[in-house]
Amino acid sequence: MIRNRVLFALAVAAVAAAAALPFLGFAPNRLLSGRPIPLSAALDPPWGLAVLPGVWLLAAPFLRPGRGVALATVGAAVLLASGLLVLAGHHAAQLASSASPAARTSFGSGFWVLEAAALLAALDGIRRLELAPAPRIAVGAGAALLLAAPLLAGQLDQLSILKEYANRRDVFADAVVRHGVIVAAALVPTLVVGVPLGVLAQRRRAVGRVVFPVLNIVQTIPSIALFGLLLAPLSALAGAWPGLGISGVGLWPAVIALTLYSLLPIVRNVAAGLDGVPAPVRQAARGMGMTPAQVFLRVDVPLALPVFLSGLRITLVQAVGLAAVAALIGAGGLGAIMFQGLFANALDLVLLGAVPVILLAVAVDGALRLAVALLGRSPA
Amino acid sequence: MIAFEGVTKRFGPWVAVDDVSFTVEDGAFCVLIGPSGSGKSTLLKTVNRLVVPDAGSIRVDGEDIAALAPEELRRRMGYVIQSVGLFPHWTVERNIATVPALLGWPKARVRDRVTELMELLHLDPERFRNAFPHQLSGGQQQRVGVARALAAEPRILLMDEPFSALDPITRGTLQAELATIHRQTGTTIVFVTHDMDEALKLADRIAVLDHGRLVQYAAPRDILANPAGDFVRDLVGREEWGLKRLAVETAGERARPLNGSVPDGEPLPGDTPLRRALSEMVSRGTDRLAVVDGQGRPAGVLHLSDLVRP
Repeated sequence: MIRNRVLFALAVAAVAAAAALPFLGFAPNRLLSGRPIPLSAALDPPWGLAVLPGVWLLAAPFLRPGRGVALATVGAAVLLASGLLVLAGHHAAQLASSASPAARTSFGSGFWVLEAAALLAALDGIRRLELAPAPRIAVGAGAALLLAAPLLAGQLDQLSILKEYANRRDVFADAVVRHGVIVAAALVPTLVVGVPLGVLAQRRRAVGRVVFPVLNIVQTIPSIALFGLLLAPLSALAGAWPGLGISGVGLWPAVIALTLYSLLPIVRNVAAGLDGVPAPVRQAARGMGMTPAQVFLRVDVPLALPVFLSGLRITLVQAVGLAAVAALIGAGGLGAIMFQGLFANALDLVLLGAVPVILLAVAVDGALRLAVALLGRSPA
Repeated sequence: MIAFEGVTKRFGPWVAVDDVSFTVEDGAFCVLIGPSGSGKSTLLKTVNRLVVPDAGSIRVDGEDIAALAPEELRRRMGYVIQSVGLFPHWTVERNIATVPALLGWPKARVRDRVTELMELLHLDPERFRNAFPHQLSGGQQQRVGVARALAAEPRILLMDEPFSALDPITRGTLQAELATIHRQTGTTIVFVTHDMDEALKLADRIAVLDHGRLVQYAAPRDILANPAGDFVRDLVGREEWGLKRLAVETAGERARPLNGSVPDGEPLPGDTPLRRALSEMVSRGTDRLAVVDGQGRPAGVLHLSDLVRP
């Protein structure tokens, strides 16, 4: 009998992918399309044993759910995810030893499905464990370390995504920094404008009735269109006052567009957080003789903080993703690598840009979720 | 002393409080009673300026409160509300210490005061000091609410239906404890309720409000003996008027002097309400009860007929 449908669905998808889809692709150079290599061909011992934890994951959907099973599932899934990387890296190294330096081994669709299934299984297990913040940090850090280990150990160096990285080491480091700068530069005006606007919208309903529809409409504008819309006025501004250092392309429009997108979740969650402060608590605070500023700082702010942080999390994850698109108007960042790959039809280059964006978003998301959980646990 | 003079408050066309004048003496336990919308809660909030009257004045110890900074005024008064309104992100200790902290008391003094208040309200300091409000029962939360209001030793305590949301047993216990605290501290209490039994049990002065107007302001037994019109009579409850009347007089007041034999059975203390004495007679199947004074010495005999003597 199936006891865990999520895990069962993942197991079915993984088995199908392992059987039918190529695990790796091998091409004589980066421009030619590769020859598919199935998982079975890569499974020679001893490295083939790396997929052994998968056996547990095939059995787990049928076991009675419990903390023990969930913990074992998390462990097996993370080991499998890490093992798949090791296996791919090792096989790539084997292929490289008997081919020309220009030959490329890249991840196949089967690898991606298997890796995604393993990571989702791990997430499902972590959710079922219902851990307190401290052990959750420990499990998360352990999993991240295990997944990063093959990369750090150089096990993956012969895979084409890392060959692309090796060719662009400096560009890559600059792009990561630049990406962070774009997000941070947008965050400052977002907070400076968004937090007071949220407070105002919650206190004066009339303000909210104007602000929220406007920000909602901004959200619906596709990012490319918004970048385009900003191009004209900013170029005009740059033409009128060259001294400002403003330009229609580059960092400025990216930061402005990102700020416009980021305002909605921040304003909305500041207002929602303040709305959630119980009226009797505020009344008691006033009745005790707190000044309006004291009521705000000692009661409103701490009680609205978790909801605000959720808004910040949404904003940052969204901004990390949107900043990639901003490369189209010359803002740079990881998106630039991504688009370079897209236009050159070099899939591994696309991945070199896209994977760090995903990892960055996941890291931001995890860190802020943790902050919310910590606040919820020990209100101070 | 709190003196209301022609206090009026309107919300739009609605007159919540209509030209109310009366004086609450120092150390009094004054209950404001009336149905929903009678303006009792609004009137209470004019005392700590959570509501600012449109007309009239309120003087506390001779000082017009309109001339004081609202925060300073509020820190001098305790305030308890029905929904308690404890700060959910603060421990019990920090909640109780709210006003002393605002007043800048030294830490050691605050801590001692919190311990003292927790003991006064029967909250084990060791167990509850560092607990958060959500870990407490409703009754315990309101105990913390009362302790918080008393923290800075206010001379005036404002209570807005503080026990209405509690179960009858918890409510009874807290009422009794509040009466004791009132006796011990001599704090002037203004207490809002819609429950006449609660008013009769606690008050030494009852202010009856109807549609924002003060209908009657008198001691409980005067309210019962001479209700000002049908409204007050209805509020008291016509059917149970007699029993309520019995509730505000004591066995000691009605007992006749000792004359010969003392009735058998456990004697009643002199301060037992007559209503309770009647209940004892019914449950013991007797028409006579011995009454003793505060030291346990025989003080008289209460006959069933004494209860109905005018």
